[in-house]
Amino acid sequence: MRQVKKGERLFQISLYLFMIFMGLITLYPFLNVLAISLNDSLDTIKGGVHLLPRVFTWNNYREVFTYPNLVTGFNISFLRTAVGTGLGLLSTAMVAYVISCREFVARRLVTALFILTMYVSGGLIPEFMLVRKLGLMNNFWVYILPGLISGWNVFVLRAYIDTLPVSLMESAKLDGASELTIFLRIVLPLCKPILATIALFIAVAQWNSWFDTYIYCSGKQALTTLQYEMMRILQDVTSATTSSMYGINEYNAPRTSPESIQAAITIVVTIPILLVYPFLQKYFVKGLTLGAIKS
Amino acid sequence: MSRTGEESGQLNYCFEKQQKYKRYFQRLYRQRYLFLMVLPFLVWVIVFKYIPIWGWTMAFQDYKPHFSFLEQTWVGFKYFIELFHDRQFYLVLRNTLVMSLLSLLCGYTFPIIFAIFINEIRHKFFQKTIQTISYLPHFVSWVVVAGIFTKLLAIGGPINQLLLELGLLKEPVLFMAKGEYFWGIVTVADLWKELGWNSIIFLAAIVSIDENLYEAAQMDGANRFRQIWHVTLPGIRMVVFIMLIMSIGNLINIGFERQFLLQNNLVKDYSEVLDLYALTYGIRVARYAYGTAVGIFKSVVSIILLLVANTVVKRFNDGTAVL
Repeated sequence: MRQVKKGERLFQISLYLFMIFMGLITLYPFLNVLAISLNDSLDTIKGGVHLLPRVFTWNNYREVFTYPNLVTGFNISFLRTAVGTGLGLLSTAMVAYVISCREFVARRLVTALFILTMYVSGGLIPEFMLVRKLGLMNNFWVYILPGLISGWNVFVLRAYIDTLPVSLMESAKLDGASELTIFLRIVLPLCKPILATIALFIAVAQWNSWFDTYIYCSGKQALTTLQYEMMRILQDVTSATTSSMYGINEYNAPRTSPESIQAAITIVVTIPILLVYPFLQKYFVKGLTLGAIKS
Repeated sequence: MSRTGEESGQLNYCFEKQQKYKRYFQRLYRQRYLFLMVLPFLVWVIVFKYIPIWGWTMAFQDYKPHFSFLEQTWVGFKYFIELFHDRQFYLVLRNTLVMSLLSLLCGYTFPIIFAIFINEIRHKFFQKTIQTISYLPHFVSWVVVAGIFTKLLAIGGPINQLLLELGLLKEPVLFMAKGEYFWGIVTVADLWKELGWNSIIFLAAIVSIDENLYEAAQMDGANRFRQIWHVTLPGIRMVVFIMLIMSIGNLINIGFERQFLLQNNLVKDYSEVLDLYALTYGIRVARYAYGTAVGIFKSVVSIILLLVANTVVKRFNDGTAVL
């Protein structure tokens, strides 16, 4: 008996050590980037900056916000996240509500059309041709429209609506409420937790995306996004170390180095997420579980 | 007598049919708001999801962007044959399959183990903190993750420093410039980013296991390890199967973000995946038909994989399919 307890004790201790180790290797890169972003760029080049800045300065951040590209990028990223999340959430909710109405005549058709999108997609080239034909090249709406609704989100939300008591909606109908009123006044408020989850998913996807800028909007400087600009700096730094391709002139200002600028942007890009997700944690864990069970 | 009866029956039938239509239209009218609500999104789904699938026809034509559909020349399987004769294609296919198998092996087993470990932690606050930290990288973009890994693996970066100090290396290694390391780097980066996130579902499944089962196992004298083996693992079997099928279906759809962001010219032979190949030929070189053929190949393979995985699991799961 004692032997067993000893073994379990050992297991618990190594478990804690392992978890602390996991926490460290997850956090270290972020803390390191934070330290570099707050450290003098000339000093950083000497190396050896780990968790704390050695020569503290705000210069790198100041520098970041003097590049017109990065300021535009920040504005567009912010705008696409706001518009994309708002419209995406509303659209997802409307589709999910309609296909949750059991008596709706076209329910099966609409459901099938959205389910199928989860399994088959046209692929890169046909989508590119479509965007071009629709005149969405170098257009802000290319950030919003093609990915407006994800089938997965629709079905998670519908699964949640299905768990609401039917009697609520029926009694509202008896009171003469129209479908629109039921949707806005009853269903939406009751779905708040799952809507928060979906909003988080959409917002993070919008905030983090760079490929659509790269492929559809690289011809228009006014539509650049923060992630895309960061990608360009990153590619520059990589190729500088592997000695080929681009030059780093554009960002090679005397007061700072690409590395410090990159660190500062990384922090600017990461902070908004850091401020939001821990508070939504209990919601998204539930949402994710619900989605997995239903699919 | 009989004749009039028949007639009136027919009349009745017509009347009933009319009534039925009337009721149907009344129902449609009553549901007009629902139709109005869903109409814009029907248009959306057809335009943005189904027109691209119709675009698959491009792969069977000598597609020229400025001609209408009827004016295109049909060429049958020409581009598919060309694709299967391209040596580069097999290299790219190998890279895609190797990287997705690696990420399936690691990105699937480690989250299960991680979830079990998290569940074993008794201290609630510590447990919550570790969970919150482990979800963080999931929310960060691949651009950021690629930046972090490039820096970690640079000549003067922490990994090189550590290995030098431990005496495992004699001189710093340019990890990012060596093709043979690329698959490993992508897999580790992916694991680092998604480990915590992918464990959420398994953890939820573990938490929902009936507490009595553990008590019964304890009564029978099972220690913690035996409880994990005999209660926890069988308890999450269903979720494990579902996740396995879904990941096998997506085996070939590993995307290209990681590869695009982590690669450079020196490791192209190891980093190029199907999507990047389609991107290069389809858009940069403007061979739209060829690029589309690559996309179709991918879709067909992933549907076949999904069906095969479902059948295999059905075999192992006492005849019940998961999908």
